[in-house]
Amino acid sequence: MNSMKKTQSPANRGRRAFLAALSGAGVAAAGLRFSPALAAEEKKLNFYNWDTYIGETTLDDFKAASGIEVKMDLFADNDELFAKLREGNPGYDLIVPTNDYVERMIKTGMLQPLDHALIPNRRNLDPNFRDAQFDPGRKYSMPYMWGTIGIGYRKSKVRGTPDSWKWLYDSDRYAGRIALLGDSSTIFQMAFKYLGHSLNTANPAHFAEAERMVIKQKPHIKAFADDNGQDLLAAGDVDLTMEWNGDILQVMEEDDDIAYTVPREGGLLWQDCLCIPTGAPRPLNAHRFIDYILDAEAGKLIAEFIYYATPNKAARDLASAEYSRNSNIFPPDSVVANSETALYLGEDVQRMYDEGWTRINAA
Amino acid sequence: MDNWRKNPRVFWILSAPPALWLLGFFLLPLALIWAYSFGHKEGIIGIAISWTPDNYLRALDPLYLQIFLKSFWFAGMTTAVCLIVALPVSLAITFAPARWKALLLVLVILPFWTNLLIRTYALIAVLRTRGFLNAGLESVWDSVDGVARAVGLDGLGAFTPPQLLYNNFAVVFGLVYVHLPFMVLPLYAALDRMDRSHLEASLDLGAGQFRTFFSITVPLAMPGILSGVVITFIPALGSFLTPDLLGGTESQMIANVIERQFKSANDWPFGSALSFILMYITFFALALRAFFSRGRSAMDT
Repeated sequence: MNSMKKTQSPANRGRRAFLAALSGAGVAAAGLRFSPALAAEEKKLNFYNWDTYIGETTLDDFKAASGIEVKMDLFADNDELFAKLREGNPGYDLIVPTNDYVERMIKTGMLQPLDHALIPNRRNLDPNFRDAQFDPGRKYSMPYMWGTIGIGYRKSKVRGTPDSWKWLYDSDRYAGRIALLGDSSTIFQMAFKYLGHSLNTANPAHFAEAERMVIKQKPHIKAFADDNGQDLLAAGDVDLTMEWNGDILQVMEEDDDIAYTVPREGGLLWQDCLCIPTGAPRPLNAHRFIDYILDAEAGKLIAEFIYYATPNKAARDLASAEYSRNSNIFPPDSVVANSETALYLGEDVQRMYDEGWTRINAA
Repeated sequence: MDNWRKNPRVFWILSAPPALWLLGFFLLPLALIWAYSFGHKEGIIGIAISWTPDNYLRALDPLYLQIFLKSFWFAGMTTAVCLIVALPVSLAITFAPARWKALLLVLVILPFWTNLLIRTYALIAVLRTRGFLNAGLESVWDSVDGVARAVGLDGLGAFTPPQLLYNNFAVVFGLVYVHLPFMVLPLYAALDRMDRSHLEASLDLGAGQFRTFFSITVPLAMPGILSGVVITFIPALGSFLTPDLLGGTESQMIANVIERQFKSANDWPFGSALSFILMYITFFALALRAFFSRGRSAMDT
């Protein structure tokens, strides 16, 4: 047949390249991998990121520096990211999961190993972030931003600094003016810190103890906030709320009466990471973008814009004092020492979180 | 009725696209979820379909039955309030001048043109502690207080805003707001078809307005009431956005639990089983409705 011969014609090669690029946008890409020797990747990158989580000009600057055009899609939470990738990579080259999801995705083979030789800017990282318990040797992930979970509060309505989880979990002093994060694992993990256990406990007795405490506290809790505790605080619906530090910082900019603290018992340290999902159509471009983000100047521009703590020491050194010495962004060492990073403890523990949370809500 | 027998080719050509659509995008995914509901998890993302009844047995735990009951309570309250509000509204539309009817019906449907999420956030702005409703109440309170003081009485004291949001009241309020059109439209359809001479006869024969309403209007509107009850109750039973955003610490409905199984709990087999139980309940409600309307048509003949 004529068409068989035609496969060698330039027009058809173009068509094939087009099809390969197209399959990058479909589930078909799951099995597709380019060997690093084939350096001819299309100058494009599909980046799957959180909302408002990149510098104002970072994508344009990267295009000017490398010629690679970044297309950014947004996800709202780790569950959405995980659900999107669990049936195969729909064409993303770079994703930003949080530490426990990094671990979960490594265990399911959803991430591909990084080639450290392609990321020389790794040397800019703070020594504390060069290794991680959830990813030994940083084989699959580079840190992007980190932070804490603590208490956001309205100064004029609270006595002193509410520097203990007691005021949220075990006291009627602020009855009816408290919001807790409505997330099954977070609500247990902070209760564990207050009760003096490890945040990563898997002991059913600790779960039962925490559950009893939250159920007893329930009449004093106004709402389990769906990651909108900062809005409740800003609107005056509550005076104390458990929240991510970045969310409280955003409302602090508009309201001087709002402050943030991490309780003395310690809280949760989280870390969002840059990872390349298995089946990424353009892993070389992804490595190049990771290296670009870890650059001192590029990292500084991102950090100063989004106001989260950067693990990039060179970038922090370069940034303004207003950012780099901000104790709401970079908590004191004593707080960091008491806090822990959540680990993925297996599906049985996931189920204990969820069933406990269902019982708390139903009680 | 037997036209398609005469032209079978036309029939098959016309019905193939919708049939394939239903098969591919409704029945097959549903069958998959049904199969999942008899499966168990293997590792983090694996689901093995082992035809185990464990997920259904787990759903019979008092914990989940209690949440089903609570969802029934929310949906039942919503349906009752919708019915009480919708009856006078649809009567008013029925008896409105013809040129107003279309406009009034559009006003009933108008909220549907805005996304549910946005309408729910708008309700938050209305109901919150320093929201629009409390601001309005406070200004009324303050003026009454001012007048009382002016005439030499004791004032009302400081205004304490009622807590309207993040409790079960807010959930029912939100559900009623969302589902009211589902009740008004079938009621209007039934009332508009009603033969007005029945009402005139009733009034002529000495029954008052009240008696006429309950002995003539309501029975004649019964098919519309039944339809309205069913199509309000079913979606209200499966709500998850409204309890999630407006509810307090004890407003969890079964759909919130189902949503979590597919997200943070990562237990698709159990979530599938809960979904199917909810669906069986829906079928039961529909069967009940069919049973009642059959009873009625038997009575009529």
